Amino acid sequence: MKTLSRVYMWVIFALLYAPILVLVIFSFNEGGSLSSYTGFSFRWYGELFRDSVALQSLKNSLFLAVSSAALATLIGTFAALGLDRMRNQYLKGTVNSVTNIPMMNPDIVTGVSMMLLFVAVAGILGISDILGRWTMLIAHTTFSLPYVILSVLPKFRQFDPSLREAAMDLGCTPAGAFFKVELPHVLPGVISGFIMGFTLSLDDFVISHFVSSPDFQTLPLYIYNQTAHNVKYSMYALCTLIIVTILALLLLVNFAGGIGDRSKRRKEATK
Amino acid sequence: MKKKLSFLERAAAVPHMVWVVMFIVAPLLFVAYFAFTDVGGGFTFSNIQLLSSYSHIFLVSICFSLVATFFCLLIGYPLAFFMSRAKPSTQKLLTVLLMLPMWISLLIRTYSLMTLLDNGGLVNSLLGKLGFDPIAMVGTGGAVILGMIYDFLPYMVLPIYTSMQKLDNRYLEAAADLGCTPLQTMLRVVLPLTVPGIISGVTMVFVPSISTFYISQKLGGGNFDLIGDTIERQFKYPSTYHVGAAISLVMMILILISVAVMNRFSDEKGEMIV
Repeated sequence: MKTLSRVYMWVIFALLYAPILVLVIFSFNEGGSLSSYTGFSFRWYGELFRDSVALQSLKNSLFLAVSSAALATLIGTFAALGLDRMRNQYLKGTVNSVTNIPMMNPDIVTGVSMMLLFVAVAGILGISDILGRWTMLIAHTTFSLPYVILSVLPKFRQFDPSLREAAMDLGCTPAGAFFKVELPHVLPGVISGFIMGFTLSLDDFVISHFVSSPDFQTLPLYIYNQTAHNVKYSMYALCTLIIVTILALLLLVNFAGGIGDRSKRRKEATK
Repeated sequence: MKKKLSFLERAAAVPHMVWVVMFIVAPLLFVAYFAFTDVGGGFTFSNIQLLSSYSHIFLVSICFSLVATFFCLLIGYPLAFFMSRAKPSTQKLLTVLLMLPMWISLLIRTYSLMTLLDNGGLVNSLLGKLGFDPIAMVGTGGAVILGMIYDFLPYMVLPIYTSMQKLDNRYLEAAADLGCTPLQTMLRVVLPLTVPGIISGVTMVFVPSISTFYISQKLGGGNFDLIGDTIERQFKYPSTYHVGAAISLVMMILILISVAVMNRFSDEKGEMIV
């Protein structure tokens, strides 16, 4: 039983990582081939760094990830505070389930629905090209919001209200008690919400595909366009760099105290 | 005694509610609006009626996603079980190993699988060295399904693993003490207790599978039109937005119904998972 389980796990994980490993190895391939390894070289990396579109997409991606995560964290943290204090259970439930719609809907429907909204608004206002930086920011903030709320709301729930009363007994104003006592308590949730939003934004392709324009590309959109027709070896290099970055971040996060995984959060969504 | 709420506390959720109405509720209303209007803006059922000509696409998509989901469950369930019975330190490592592919963009994973299976790819060149004829894999239905399994397997394993972790080892010992064979223990103790994890895993594989378009584009070689591809194509030109909205609306409703039905199988007290 023990050997069986070990062999099974090895085989599945090997299969799971084989394509990724092959991609990483062939990104250092000198010749342009998928099947024969002719020699070690940084040729494709050089080509990638000379590609100004790739660098611009990276900048766009980072700008978008930081700004949408910040906006979602700001709105989401206050939303969590409001939901925590809300006494109207019916309203609370409604807000929660509506917020979680983008989490349950297929990404393509979320993307399409936002695109239709933007297009319709553009039609009404008479703007010809509304899609771009700002529509991307709105879309990314929207799909990050439920994750931020899910990581902040439990922190507000766990907070002992008597601590707030103690702070006020000791001379804090209500606002002072909130900012000096309650906010530091929920801060870990706020930070992990920000990180969730940041990574979700960096990773998103499907929703961005519908609400973006050619003049504001993010990294996933760039990869999509580059791989649309033929194999591009510089994409191997780009993918390798992304994988290495993710690996480093994941190790960092895992050993700096676990910030949960997406599926756990999804699951908590409907509890 | 209830304390009076400050203004900040009462108003805190308002920006969020406004945002949600503007960017979640309104877009969905627009999908419905576009689905029931024509290019001129008049009310019509013709978009919905036109869907009958897409019925085979719906059928193929549902079949492909069901097969992919089934194989994910078949492969993932034992994996989750073995993982949950490993040493705690090993478990932590295995969880990271399982999560790493989830953080790597789906585009990259699909693309890397495609380069492996491609006609000039590594698999075929290895087959050639062994003396076999190359097999055209990219462009077949099998490759599309394989892509779905490969891309979404971790999403099946993780929730099942989480519910396995909660499973008390003493249940298994008790079952064995009372005369269960390992197979019986599996079927009559472990399986019923991990149903919530299975439901969650099935949803998390089925929903992205049925709505994918990148996997079918890359691994299907353009031979397979799934719902996702069809929707994506309709939104390239404004004249077909209305049909695209109708297809999206129907797909969304189908998915919401199947998720609701599946959740009914889940234990009432258990986690309701979407």
